[in-house]
Amino acid sequence: MRSDPAEYDVVTPGSLRGVVSLLAEKPGTWLTIAGGTDLMVQYAAGKLTAHKLVSIWNLPELRGIETLPEEIRIGAASTYSDLRRNEIVAREFPMLAKAAGWTGGIANQNRGTLGGNIVNASPAADSLPSLLAYEAELILVSVRGERRVAYRDFHTGYKKMILAPDELVKAICLPRRYSGYISYARKAGTRNAQAISKVCIAGMARVGGGRIEDVRIALGSVAPVPMRLAETEKILKGKRADASLVALARKTAASEIRPIDDIRSTARYRSAVAGNLVSEFVEQMVRG
Amino acid sequence: MTADSAKREFSLKINGEQKSVCAYPMDRLLDVLREHFGLTGTKEGCGEGECGACSVLIDGVLVDSCLVPVAQAEGASVITIEGLTDDPSYRTLQRTFLEYGGAQCGICTPGMLLAAVHLLSRKSAPTMDDIREGLSGNLCRCTGYIQIFEAVAEAAKRRTAR
Amino acid sequence: MENGHIVGSASPRKEGRDKLTGHARYIDDITLPNILHGTTVRSKIPRGKIRKITFGAGIRWGEFVVVSAKDIPGENYIALIENDQPCLADGAVNHPEEPILLLAHPDKHALPKAVEAVSIEYDPLPSVLSVEESERKSEIIWGADNIFKAYKIDKGDVDSVWAKAAHVVEGEYFTGAQEQLYIETNGVIASWEPDKGITVWGSLQCPYYMHKALMAVCGLPEDKVRVVQTETGGAFGGKEEYPSMIAAHAALLSMKSGRPVKIVYDRAEDMVATTKRHPSRTRHRTAVSADGKILGGEIDFTIDGGAYLTLSPVVLSRGTIHAAGPYYWPNVRAHGKAVATNTPPHGAFRGFGAPQSLFAIERHMDKIARVVGVSPAEIRRRNFLRTGQTTATEQVVREPIDLEKLLAKALEYSCHDAKKARFVKENPSSTKKKGIGMAAFLHGSGFTGSGERYLASVAGVEGRADGKVHVLVSSTEFGQGTNTILSQVAAEALGLRYEDVEVAQPDTMEVPNSGPTVASRTAMVVGKLVESAARGIKQTLQAAGGLGETYTPDEFRAACSRYVAKHGALKSLAHYEAPSDIFWDDKKFRGEAYAAYAWAVYIAEVTVDLSTYTATVDDFVALQEVGRVLNPVLAKGQIAGGVAQGVGFALYEKVEWKDGRMQNGQMTNYIMPTSADVPPIRVFFEEAGNPYGAFGAKGIGELPMDGPAPAIINAVEDALGIPFDSVPLLPEDIFEGVAAHGAP
Repeated sequence: MRSDPAEYDVVTPGSLRGVVSLLAEKPGTWLTIAGGTDLMVQYAAGKLTAHKLVSIWNLPELRGIETLPEEIRIGAASTYSDLRRNEIVAREFPMLAKAAGWTGGIANQNRGTLGGNIVNASPAADSLPSLLAYEAELILVSVRGERRVAYRDFHTGYKKMILAPDELVKAICLPRRYSGYISYARKAGTRNAQAISKVCIAGMARVGGGRIEDVRIALGSVAPVPMRLAETEKILKGKRADASLVALARKTAASEIRPIDDIRSTARYRSAVAGNLVSEFVEQMVRG
Repeated sequence: MTADSAKREFSLKINGEQKSVCAYPMDRLLDVLREHFGLTGTKEGCGEGECGACSVLIDGVLVDSCLVPVAQAEGASVITIEGLTDDPSYRTLQRTFLEYGGAQCGICTPGMLLAAVHLLSRKSAPTMDDIREGLSGNLCRCTGYIQIFEAVAEAAKRRTAR
Repeated sequence: MENGHIVGSASPRKEGRDKLTGHARYIDDITLPNILHGTTVRSKIPRGKIRKITFGAGIRWGEFVVVSAKDIPGENYIALIENDQPCLADGAVNHPEEPILLLAHPDKHALPKAVEAVSIEYDPLPSVLSVEESERKSEIIWGADNIFKAYKIDKGDVDSVWAKAAHVVEGEYFTGAQEQLYIETNGVIASWEPDKGITVWGSLQCPYYMHKALMAVCGLPEDKVRVVQTETGGAFGGKEEYPSMIAAHAALLSMKSGRPVKIVYDRAEDMVATTKRHPSRTRHRTAVSADGKILGGEIDFTIDGGAYLTLSPVVLSRGTIHAAGPYYWPNVRAHGKAVATNTPPHGAFRGFGAPQSLFAIERHMDKIARVVGVSPAEIRRRNFLRTGQTTATEQVVREPIDLEKLLAKALEYSCHDAKKARFVKENPSSTKKKGIGMAAFLHGSGFTGSGERYLASVAGVEGRADGKVHVLVSSTEFGQGTNTILSQVAAEALGLRYEDVEVAQPDTMEVPNSGPTVASRTAMVVGKLVESAARGIKQTLQAAGGLGETYTPDEFRAACSRYVAKHGALKSLAHYEAPSDIFWDDKKFRGEAYAAYAWAVYIAEVTVDLSTYTATVDDFVALQEVGRVLNPVLAKGQIAGGVAQGVGFALYEKVEWKDGRMQNGQMTNYIMPTSADVPPIRVFFEEAGNPYGAFGAKGIGELPMDGPAPAIINAVEDALGIPFDSVPLLPEDIFEGVAAHGAP
C-alpha cells in the first residue's frame, strides 16, 4: 500500500444534493468515488492524485434501475451485480447483462458501478461498447440542474469527457426498442475471468425481409475511446444480408479502428481479432 | 495537494457485534479489520482487487476489503472468516475442505471460504460452471482449484441432503 | 486409516483447522512491541555506478533509520554458493531493483514518500539484457566471460552418429521467465537484542540457508542467530534463497535501531524485485535412424541467470541432466551454461531447470516424429529408457520402470486415439480447432549427484512429557504437506495414531538441519530420516524396559511420559547416509545423478479458437509413477496445483521486460489461471516403490511442473499444424503463427 491515508479525505454527504453542492464549491477539488474498484487500485499503487473524495456509494438517488415504458434508467451507482440481477436488463439489453458478467469476479461485480466505469473511461471497459450500441443517453447532474447527453458524444478523447468539473453522471438511459434485434457480444481477454479486454465487441442488428434495416457495431480497446464503427455500419445498412458483406465489413472495420501496442496486447492482434469478431457478427446476421 | 484529514469515528457491525473505530476515512477496511480489530484472518494478497484473499461480506455481499475505504463501511455489517463460525454452510465447507484438500498453504483459504459461503447462499445446487464462476475472483496458486471445486460441490450436496 | 496403515491414507492436513478458521498466523499477522516498518530503496537502472545519493526535502529524516552498505557489521554479501551478490549495493548496481538503502520508520505509511524522496544519481554503464547479448561478450558484466557456470555431458561418440543418420533433426526452443506468485508476499520480522543476537521470523522455505546468510551479514556466530519459520503462504522455490536477502535487510535495520523491524513486500515490489524462473534456450541437433531411433545428438542448454550467480549452477545442473528426457541416447553431448544479464537474479521455481529442458526435448520428440513419419506416441515408444539401460549421465536405470505401459495407460485414460480421430474429422469445418498432445518425462528426486551427501541432513524425533511425539526437522510446511506426511511417517514407524505426532515449528534453535525444503526431497530423504529417528526413540524406550515388543499407542505415550519424567529428555537423531550404491562424479558430471526418478506421461486436450486465437485446455490427464503415495489427497493436490502452474507457464504467464525490469508487476497484468481457466485435471498414480525413500516414496512436488507446457504446445501444433517452440504461447503469438503459416 503506497499511499498515506492521512493525506486523503472522504466525505459522505448522503444525498445527491449534498454531493453536487460540494462539487460546485470548488470545481475540480472533489472526486466522486463509487465502488472504488478503479480509484482504490490507483490509491494502493500510490497513484491517486485526487486527495479529496466524495463518496456516492449506495447513494439512494443513484442506485436502482427504473423501468419506464420508453426506457430504463440505470442509476449511475448501480453495480454490475445489480445489472445482472435485473430482469429487464437481462431480457432487453442482453449485451449489457453479458458484459456485466465479464467485469471482474463476483466481488468486483458487487462493487463496480456502471457510472464509475463510464467516468473512469478506460478504452478497455467491457460494458461501454454495449452502451454505444444501445445508444444510451446519460443524465448529468450538477447544482445547475440536469442535462441529457447522448453517450456517443460523451467521450471526446482518451480519458477526456464532456463532464463539467462540478457534474456527475446520475443515470444511464437505455431506450426500450430493441425487440426484434439480434445481438452479438464477445470479449477477447487475457483469461476467462478477471480479465482486461484486448478487444470487445457489442453488435446488434435488425434484419427484416433479408435486409439489414439497422445495425450498430461498437468496439472497445481499438481506439482511445470505445467507438462505433460508423463506416462499417454505413456499408451494411440497407443491404441484403449476404455472405459477400462479410469481407467488406472486415475490410471497412480494419480501416476505422486505431488499435495500439500496449502492455496487454499488440495492434496487429487487436486488428485481426476485431476483424474476426465483426465478420462473425455479420455471418450471424446472414444466418438469421 | 494533500487533504490532511483527521481521524474520525466510524461505527459498523463486525461479526455481529457493534463496533467503532477511530480511523482515517481512507484507511482500507482490510487494514482496519487486521490492525485495529486484530482480525488477521482476512489477508492481503495483491492490494488491487484481483486475488480475493481480502474477501469479506458487507451486508451479506461478497467484496474485496482492500478496495473499500472504511468511510464507506460506516453503518454496514461486516462478516470476516472469524465471524462465520456459526454459519452452517461454512461448517460443512470446513469438513469438506479438510476431506478433499481444499486448503494447502492456506493464505487464499479465508477468502475462498467467504466466496464459497456467498455462492452457496445464492445457489444451493451450484453446477460446476457456477462454482468456477463463483470462485473466479479468488486466486489460488497451490491447489489448481480442482480439490476446491470438489469440496464446494460436496458441501452443496451435503447441505441440500439435509 | 487404510488397512490399518497411516502412510497411504488421507490423514487430514495437520495444520488444516487453523488454516480453515483464519487462525493460522502468517508473518504479516504478527507484530512485536516497539516495532518499526522497513522498506528498500532500489536501483532504477540496470547497470552503473552510483554517483550521488541525496535525501530530499519534505521528509523528517530524523525520524527514520537509514542503513547503507557502510552499516553492515559483517560481510556485504548474501551467502549462497558464491558470495558475489551484495546485500546492499555499494557504489555500483548490476540490475534494476537492486537494493541500495534501507529505511525504517514506526509508521509504515511514511515509507513510500521517503523512498520517493531519495534521489540517486548514476553514471550508467552499458547493460546486457539478453542471453544473446551476454554470449556476444561485447560487454563483460560478470566474471571473465559472463558465464556463471558450464557443464558438459559427453556420452559415447556423438561425432560418429551423423554419418549413419537417416534424419538429422534440429530445433530451438525457448521458455520465458515465470513468477512464482505465491499469494503471500515475502515478509520477515527481525529482532536484535545485544545479549541474544538476531532472531528472524518469516515466510521461508530454508531456515538454515537464512541462518548461514545472517551469520555472514551480521558478523555473528552460530548461536547468536536464530531463524523461525512462520506459517508460509506458498513458496514454490520463490522463498528458497530470496528470503535471506529480505531477512538480512530487516536484521540490519534492527541492529542499527535496536528495535524489531518488519519488512513485508507489497505485490508490486515482490513481483519486480525478487527471483523468477530462469528463461532458457535449448538447441537440439539429433541423429535419428530410419526407424525413428535416436542414434545420438547434441544439446545446447542455456539459461539466463540474471545479475548474480545465486543458484544458477544448480538450476543449470538439473536442467542439463534432464535435457535428454526419459529416452535412451546411446550417444549424447549436452552443453549447459548459465549466463549473466543485468536483470534481477533468477532463482528457484518448482522444477528448477527441468521444466525448461524437458519442454525442449518433448517438443523436439514431436518434431522427430513428424520427420520420421510416425505418431508422437510411437516415436516415444521406440526410444523410452528401459530398466538396465543408461541415462545421458551413464546412470544405469535400476528402477522397475515400464514407460510403454505408462504411455498406454495415459492414452487410454485420455481417450487419446478416439479423440484424435474425431478432431481430424471435425476440425476442417470449424473455427475452433481441437488437438491433443503428450509429454513423457522424468524428475529426479532429491539433490543432484553428491548434493545430499554434502547436505548431510539430520532429522530428529522427540518424545515429550505428555507422551506425544514431536518431529524435529528444518523442513518447512508451505502447503505441500510436510507436516502431514512427516507425522504420518513417524506415526506409522512408531505404531502410534496420527494424532499422537506433531511437527515442531522450524526454529534453528530447536531443530536440526534436515536440509532445505526443495528438490522434491522432503518425503523421500527427510521422511526416511524421520522414520529412522522414530525407530530410534522406540528402541530407547524398549531398551530401557519401559515398552514391550508390541504395544498400544496409549502404552507408548505412557512409557514416553515416564521416560521423560525420569531422564529429562527422549530424543533420537538420524543422520543422512548416502546410499553406498549411488555414485556421482562431480568433475566428470557423470554417474548416478539421482537415487530415484519419478516418471510421468501427461496428455493435454486443447481447443484453439481462431476468432480470438486463444488456446484453452479442455481436459488434462496426469499419470505418474511415484514410488508410493503417502497421502492420496495431498498427492493429488500437488499434481493438480503443479499442472495449473504448468498451464500458466504454457499459455498465460508472460513477464514483459523493458531495460531489464518487469513492466507488468501487478496481478491484473501478470496472468495466472483463475478457477475459470483450469481444465478438469485427472490425476492417476502408479506405485513401483523406492528403496531410497520413506515407505517407498519418491519426490512429487516438482514433477507436475515438467509436463504441462510441452503437452499443451504439442496439442496446439496438433490442432493447427503450426509449430510453436516458445512458451508462454499467447494468443498474439498464435495469431502471428497463423498469419505466417496460413490458417489451418
